[in-house]
Amino acid sequence: MIELIQVSKCFNAGKSNQFTAVDNVTLEIGQGVVTVLKGPSGSGKTTLLTLIGCMARPSSGRIRLNGIGASFFPKISSEGGFDIASLPERFLTEIRRDTFGFIFQQFNLIKGITALENIMLPAYPTGRGHTLFRKRALELLAMFNISRHETSRIEWLSGGELQRVAIARALINDPAVIVADEPTAHLDSKLSREFMDIIGSLKTAGKTILIASHDPIVYDSHLADQVIEMRDGRITGAGLVP
Amino acid sequence: MKLAINRHRNIIDFALSSLLRRKIKNVSLLVVYTLIIFVLASLIFFVQALKREASLILRNAPDMVVQRLVAGRHDLIPANYEQKISSIRGVQDVVPRLWGYYFDPAIGANYTVMVPRDKMVQADNIIIGSGVARVRKASVRDLIAFQAYDKTPLLLMIQQILPYESELVAADLILMSEPDFQSMFNLPKGYATDLAVTVANPRELVTVATKIAEQLPDTRPILKSEILRTYASVFDWRGGMMIVILSAAILAFIIFAWDKATGLSAEERKEIGILKSIGWETSDVLFLKFWEGIVISLSAFLCGVILAYGHVFFFSATIFEHALKGWSVLYPQFRLVPVIDAFQLTVLFALSVLPYTVATIVPAWLAASADPDAAMRS
Amino acid sequence: MILQPAILALLTSSLLTSLMLLYAGWYGVLIIRKWDLASGSDLQLNLEKRTYLISVILGYTLAFQIFSLFLYIFTADSIHSQFVGAMCAAGSLNVNRYGYPTLLLKIANCLLAGVWLIINFADNRGYDYPLIRVKYSLLMVLAPLVVLEALLQFGYFSGLHADVITSCCGSLFSVGKRSVGADLAGLPAIPMEWLFFGIMAATLASGAFFCLKARGGYFFSAASLLTFFIAAASLVSFICLYVYELPTHHCPFCILQKEYGYVGYALYATLLGGGIAGLGVGALMPFRNIASLVQAIPSIQRRLTWLSMLFYLLFTIMVASKMLFTSFRL
Repeated sequence: MIELIQVSKCFNAGKSNQFTAVDNVTLEIGQGVVTVLKGPSGSGKTTLLTLIGCMARPSSGRIRLNGIGASFFPKISSEGGFDIASLPERFLTEIRRDTFGFIFQQFNLIKGITALENIMLPAYPTGRGHTLFRKRALELLAMFNISRHETSRIEWLSGGELQRVAIARALINDPAVIVADEPTAHLDSKLSREFMDIIGSLKTAGKTILIASHDPIVYDSHLADQVIEMRDGRITGAGLVP
Repeated sequence: MKLAINRHRNIIDFALSSLLRRKIKNVSLLVVYTLIIFVLASLIFFVQALKREASLILRNAPDMVVQRLVAGRHDLIPANYEQKISSIRGVQDVVPRLWGYYFDPAIGANYTVMVPRDKMVQADNIIIGSGVARVRKASVRDLIAFQAYDKTPLLLMIQQILPYESELVAADLILMSEPDFQSMFNLPKGYATDLAVTVANPRELVTVATKIAEQLPDTRPILKSEILRTYASVFDWRGGMMIVILSAAILAFIIFAWDKATGLSAEERKEIGILKSIGWETSDVLFLKFWEGIVISLSAFLCGVILAYGHVFFFSATIFEHALKGWSVLYPQFRLVPVIDAFQLTVLFALSVLPYTVATIVPAWLAASADPDAAMRS
Repeated sequence: MILQPAILALLTSSLLTSLMLLYAGWYGVLIIRKWDLASGSDLQLNLEKRTYLISVILGYTLAFQIFSLFLYIFTADSIHSQFVGAMCAAGSLNVNRYGYPTLLLKIANCLLAGVWLIINFADNRGYDYPLIRVKYSLLMVLAPLVVLEALLQFGYFSGLHADVITSCCGSLFSVGKRSVGADLAGLPAIPMEWLFFGIMAATLASGAFFCLKARGGYFFSAASLLTFFIAAASLVSFICLYVYELPTHHCPFCILQKEYGYVGYALYATLLGGGIAGLGVGALMPFRNIASLVQAIPSIQRRLTWLSMLFYLLFTIMVASKMLFTSFRL
């Protein structure tokens, strides 16, 4: 479970172009829950995602992670959780690698290398053996029916295939939480619905899912347990979808 | 521990693939880097080889040569100094030497003319070194006309040409008999050019030299070690001068390397941003850059050293030799003996790889410090 | 000055290291003054990024220092023929008064840089950068020392002129002359042997005790530092005699030569390794109760202790085998 307590993120503090992307947000993300952040562009959804996903540090406020293990907090009980707001980068990244899988709006796959290698990349710094995560990567390719593209360069894949490679990459370290930023922005309706199907299967597998989107196919989906509306960095409406 | 090794193995993997993906940029860097190392290595190898040759040349030279100084200039030494020196304890042998320089105006070369102690040269004959034979295009039984001290002609026939192997010590040498020597130079009776002194115990050299200088105050004993030292000094100095001059080139290379490292293409920046966003930490990216740098440095070092080795020892360092050897008309043609040791390679490393590494530290760090969320926001 | 490529290489390397450390020190001051982990401000984030750069710089500094230490000795050795009376590096270093201080400072800087990296390693294991101010205060000590070393080295090389008469190791290290070298050699060999093996045994024993019982860390660290000095003194006093198989040749630099199988490298490397690791254990002792390091420091210290003991053991084995297996007897 992830808890945000009065979290703010401010860019270029003290300068003339100071800009508050997230303003005093308090939020709770439950385990196994699909949460959708809804709002126009510039509302702070993406920044909020980066804060929840341990990708950035808040300017103020606290972020607590519960039930998420970390190698360096052996004595903290799971109820209290621990505050990640002031963790040094290397610890934050360690948590992020093992806990969060990201799917980006532009897919953000590395050109010039194969689909398989792209999927394996997040596992490189973990220190796990190459044979181990290669095996897992091949399993993921099979799961998404793109095994035939194992040795294909990214440049040769279609939009739908790229999307599936991106999702497979997010799953390589078996994370508990999936974070997706505008995943359907570059997809047609058919592929968007396919995407939501995959999300459904991930939810059934027990993963917590966080999606930022202004696409009705996403926020109106029956899979969304919680829809949070944002505007100008603040939450304007948070509702659990019945 | 195993985690750390695996992590590095994975990162090296990616580093290699990353280098291959940007061939043009990396190949151009590699070429310039190799060139710099090639130039530095040629220099260092050449200087080292020359120093070694100098010590080889002097191996058979006498341990001590006693010259006479008059008004600070080298003058002829009376042969009776021989007895005085022989009587000093520790002196094994004293041999008066007759030698001098002869300038050949036709060729513009200086020959060393000497009366050998260990060979017999027939009267009116000479034994010449291969270098002399080469510049005069002469062969055995040819006649060479010299000018004696009083400008009268002196015709001498070539009895033998010294073998090519002796090139280094004897290229400009002309050996003749004592009467011919006298005809050419007209040394006063009872005088020699200098005295070659052999001492029984090499550790006593300095003591004996001191005694000679005390007893015969107008003499100057010169030790072989001093000559070696002077040669080493000169070659070192020349080598050092060249490096100082080359420092401009090294600096240019450093700036070039720094520029390459800082000027990441948009593609590269994006890649690092992606890596950071999917879970690579700053130190992971730093290691990536580190391994990339190592691969390039070691490749350039290896190529540069091998090319320099070939250049110096197979082509006799044609690019540098005049700057380093000095100029002369009559040069011994000799193949330098390959001599490379860890010391030279270390020096080379310090002059090339170290500055390159330092130049790339800050750019690598700047690239690696990209915010992970930048990839989201682009 | 003798304008040799090796000397230029050394001056370049020292210059680069000094510049890097001055750059690091500049930011170190900023970090000591402005560091606040709890704040998420831009300044703090930048400072955190900067610490990565400084760690990289220090890593390279240690590597360069060790590299230049050996290069320095080698260069001194290669120019010995330029000075009358100098038989090896020992004579060259004695030509002017900067030679030996530079060497000692180089060794000290190696030790300090090694300790800094150990503290850095420990600091990185803590989730709240617990040793940040300690680290950068140490950097404030190291940076000026490295600059001083570069200046002394420059002073040494620029004051070199060939043909200067110098006392060579023969007279430098032989008994009867009054100088540092002579005093070391003057330490009688047999008592030094006892002292050496004694302190080595004490260090190994206290190291094992520390690993098993987690007590006596300071004692072990002090013992290992003492061992470092005594072993260095022993090198001059009796170890070299066995390597050269001569009762009068005390020079500690000739053992780096090819004739002796480059055994000098192995001896100096293990000595340095043992010294740095042992010092590291002591340096971490005051911090073992900090919350974020409670788990990390003991395990780091254990590893360092094992490492230090291993290095010193190797050193002792090499010395003992030289003493036992050569026909030379004192």
